[in-house]
Amino acid sequence: MEPLIDIRDLRIRARTTEGHEIEIVKGVSFSVRRGEVMGLIGESGSGKTTIALATMGYARYGCRIAGGTIRIGETEVTRLDGKGLQQLRGRKVAYIAQSAAASFNPSRPIMAQVIESALIHGLMGEAAAHEKAIGLFRAMAIPQPETIGNRYPHQVSGGQLQRLMAAMALITDPDVVIFDEPTTALDVTTQIEVLKAFKEAIRDRNTTGIYVTHDLAVIAQIADSITVLRHGEVQEIATTPQLISNPAHEYSRKLLAAAEPALRPSPVTGEASVPLLRVSGMSAGYGLVGPDGMPAVPVLRDIELTLGRGRALGVIGESGCGKSTLARVVAGLTPASRGTVTLDGVDLAPGIAGRSREQLREIQLVFQMADTALNPKVPIDEIIGRPLTFFFGMKGAERDRRVRELLDLTHLPASVRDRLPGDLSGGQKQRVNFARALAAQPKLLLCDEVTSALDTVVAAAILDLMAELRRELGLTTMFISHDIKTIRAICDDIMVLYSGRVVETMPAAALETGHHHPYAGLLLGSVPALRTDWLETTPAASLQAQGVPPALSSAGCAFFPRCTRAEPGLCDTAVPPLRPLPGGIEAACFRLGAD
Amino acid sequence: MSSTTISARRGPMAILARTGRMIMPAIVLFWLAMAFFGYWVAPYDPAGIQDADLFEGMSRKFWLGTDYFGRDMLSRILAGARYTVGISLMATSLAVASGVLLGLAASAIGGLFDAAVSRFLDALISIPSKMFGLVLVAAFGASIPVLVLTLAVIYLPGCYRINRSVAVNVAALDFVAVARARGESTLYIMIREILPNMVGPVLADFGLRFIYVVLLLSSLSFLGLGVQPPQADWGSLVRENMPGLPYGAPAVIMPAIAIASLTIAVNLTIDSLFGRHARDGVR
Repeated sequence: MEPLIDIRDLRIRARTTEGHEIEIVKGVSFSVRRGEVMGLIGESGSGKTTIALATMGYARYGCRIAGGTIRIGETEVTRLDGKGLQQLRGRKVAYIAQSAAASFNPSRPIMAQVIESALIHGLMGEAAAHEKAIGLFRAMAIPQPETIGNRYPHQVSGGQLQRLMAAMALITDPDVVIFDEPTTALDVTTQIEVLKAFKEAIRDRNTTGIYVTHDLAVIAQIADSITVLRHGEVQEIATTPQLISNPAHEYSRKLLAAAEPALRPSPVTGEASVPLLRVSGMSAGYGLVGPDGMPAVPVLRDIELTLGRGRALGVIGESGCGKSTLARVVAGLTPASRGTVTLDGVDLAPGIAGRSREQLREIQLVFQMADTALNPKVPIDEIIGRPLTFFFGMKGAERDRRVRELLDLTHLPASVRDRLPGDLSGGQKQRVNFARALAAQPKLLLCDEVTSALDTVVAAAILDLMAELRRELGLTTMFISHDIKTIRAICDDIMVLYSGRVVETMPAAALETGHHHPYAGLLLGSVPALRTDWLETTPAASLQAQGVPPALSSAGCAFFPRCTRAEPGLCDTAVPPLRPLPGGIEAACFRLGAD
Repeated sequence: MSSTTISARRGPMAILARTGRMIMPAIVLFWLAMAFFGYWVAPYDPAGIQDADLFEGMSRKFWLGTDYFGRDMLSRILAGARYTVGISLMATSLAVASGVLLGLAASAIGGLFDAAVSRFLDALISIPSKMFGLVLVAAFGASIPVLVLTLAVIYLPGCYRINRSVAVNVAALDFVAVARARGESTLYIMIREILPNMVGPVLADFGLRFIYVVLLLSSLSFLGLGVQPPQADWGSLVRENMPGLPYGAPAVIMPAIAIASLTIAVNLTIDSLFGRHARDGVR
C-alpha cells in the first residue's frame, strides 16, 4: 500500500544570528501509512519539531526548507504556494501544540475557536460544526460536553484544554494530525487521561499521525513505529515493539537506558541515623500573616519531616503542591509563618536576616533552571569563587585552586573558568550550579527539579554525579521533583505532597509494594511504563481522577474531590493524620487500613 | 539555493538600511563633538554682528544665512549645541542615574520602601511636564543649574519606572535568590547581581530619555523660560528669529532642523544598537 505521508531527503536550513546558514535537518526520510502513527523522538535540538512543522509546509522564522520532498497523499507540500498551503493547513494537516494554554485565544469562548477551522474552510455550517464539536468533546471524555464550549480557556483545566485542542484539530477530519509534545507540560495524573483520549480518538477515526516527544514511555503507548532522531539525522526507524525490546542503534539503546533510570546505590544503610534536618508543624505561604499564624495564601500546612544525616529525601507532587516552597522555607527564602525548622539540633530563624552566616552556609540550594540560576553576566570562575570568598575569605591562588577542585569534582574542564554561563551547555550549567553549592561545603543540599529541564541522557549523567557526591562527601540531600523515576533512582526516602500537605512518607523500597495513599497510588500508577500495553493495563487509567483544581481547604482531606475511595461525612470533615502502615509507610488517609 | 538571501542583502532597501546604520551614529557623534568644540569650530564669532543684512538668505559667505541682528546663523547653531546637547546630557545623566539607583533599591529591598518610592514618583508623573517645568523655572529663575535640575526631576519618575520594572524582573531570577540565600548584602545584590543584567535596557532608555529632554528644553527655551540671552540654545534660536518667518529666512528653520536631526539620529541609533539584540534575547 502506498504510504500517506512520504518524506524524502528533507533538508532544513536555519540562519544564525551571524548571518550564515547551518543545516538543522540533514536529509531525513521516512514514510507513514494511512491509519498509523509515527513517533519522532530525540533530545532538544534533534530537529523533531522542525520536521513535524515542515509536514505542514511551515518553517519557523529564520528557517527554510532547503531540499527534499514532502508528499501527503497526492499533494507535494514543498511545491505549494501560499494559497495551496492555506488549503492544506487545518484542513488536510492539523497541529496540536505543546502548550494549549498559549494556543487558545484567552478572549474568545472555546467553541468559537474549536469550530473556526471548519468555518474557514467552508466545510459545514455553524450549527453542524457545533454538533460535530460536541461529539468530539464526548469522544475525548471531556466533562460537560454540551456546555464546555461556552466557557473561556482560563475556565477549564490544562488537561481539558489539551483535549479541546485535539477536538479543534480533528473537526475538519484531517488526513494527518501532528502532535507536538501535547502532554509534556501536564502532570502525570493528567497526562494519562489525555493520552487515553488521544489514543481512542486516533483508533476510532483511523487517524494518521506524527507524534513528537522526548518521552519514550509516552510514545510507546501511541505510536506504531518510531523514528529516532539526533542532530537532525535519523538514527533508527523501527516498529515500536521492536525498538523497545531490541533497539538496533547505539543511541536508541542510550535513550532506552535513560528512560528508566537505574537505581543508584545509596551510601547509607540501615534506618537509624542521626536526624540532621527536622521540620515540625510548619506552615508557609504568601501574603499577610493572620492572627492564627496562617498567611493569606497558604501553600504549605502542618509539614512534619525528619531527614537523617547522609540520607536523601525525595519530595514529590504535582505542580502547585508546594514542593518548591518547601525548599525555599528550609533555605529561609520564604519565611515559615508557623512551626520550626531545626538543623543539627539548632532552631533556625524563619528568615535569612535572622540566620547566622554559618547557618546559611550549611544549607545550599540548587535550582531547576540552570539558565536563570547562574548570572549570565558573571564568568564561571566568579560564580563558583564568590561563595569561597564570602564564607571562607579565600582569595587569589588559594581560591583559584579550590575552584579548580570543584570543577574537577563536578567533572567540568578547567577551561570553562573564564567563560560566561551562556557559552555552556545545559548539562554543564547544571554542573556549575552544583559546584557553586558545594563551594560552601554545605551539610544539606536542596535540589529543586535539577534534572527536569535536561534531556534524559544528560539528566542521567547529572543523577550519576549526585550519587557520586553523596558517596564521596556524605551529603544530606532533599531532592524535589515531579518525576518519580528520578526520585526513585537516587533517594532513600520519599515524601508525597498534595495540595500543601504531606499525604504519605515511605522508604524508597516500599514504592512498588505496599498500600499507598490513594493519591500516591494514582501518582505511581500514572507514570508511563516502557511497554506498549501500559495504557490499557494500568489501573490508574481507570481511576476517574478528573481535573478538579485542588483547593487548599482546612476542613477535610484535600484529595477528597478526586478520591475514588472517599467517604462523604468522614473524609470531607476532618484532616486525616499520618498513620503508620506496614512496610514503613505512613499515610494520611482514614480509609487505609480500615478495609 | 542561497540566491534569495544574497539578493536580499544587495537589494536597494538593504543598502539604504546599512548606510542608515552608518549615517545616524555619525550625526549623533557630530553633534556631540559640536557640544564640546562648536564654539571654536564656528567660522565667525557667534555673538559678533557681521557685515550683513538682517535675515539674509544662504550664501557662500554665510552658509545658513544671518539672524535678526545680522549674526552668522551657522556659528550660532554650532555654538548653541553646547547648551542644547550639554544641558540635556547632564539632565538625562542625572535622571537616569537616580532612576537606576532608586529602581535597583526598590527591587532589591521591596516591600514598603518600594511602595513608598513608587507611589511618590507616580504622583510626580501625574503633573504635566511642561507645566511643572514652567512653575519650577518661574519660581527659581532660569539659570542653567536650575534648568538641569528641573529637567532631571521631570524625567526621573519615567526613568525610575522603566528601571524598576527591569530590575524587578531580574531580581525574580533564581541567581538572585541564590545570592540572598547566601546572605549577601542588599548593596552587593543590587550592584553585582542585578545591575549588570540591566545595562542594555538602561542605555536604550538613556538615549530615548535624552530625546525627550532635548525637546522639552527646546520648548522651554522657545517659550522664553529656558536658556537666557545672550546665551542661546536651539530653542532660543528659533524663538528669537521668529520675526524672520515672513521673509522666508533660513534662520528660523535651521535651528529646528538641528533639533530634528539630533533627536531622529539618536532615536535611530538606539534602535539599531538595541532593537535587534533585544528581539534576539526574547526569541
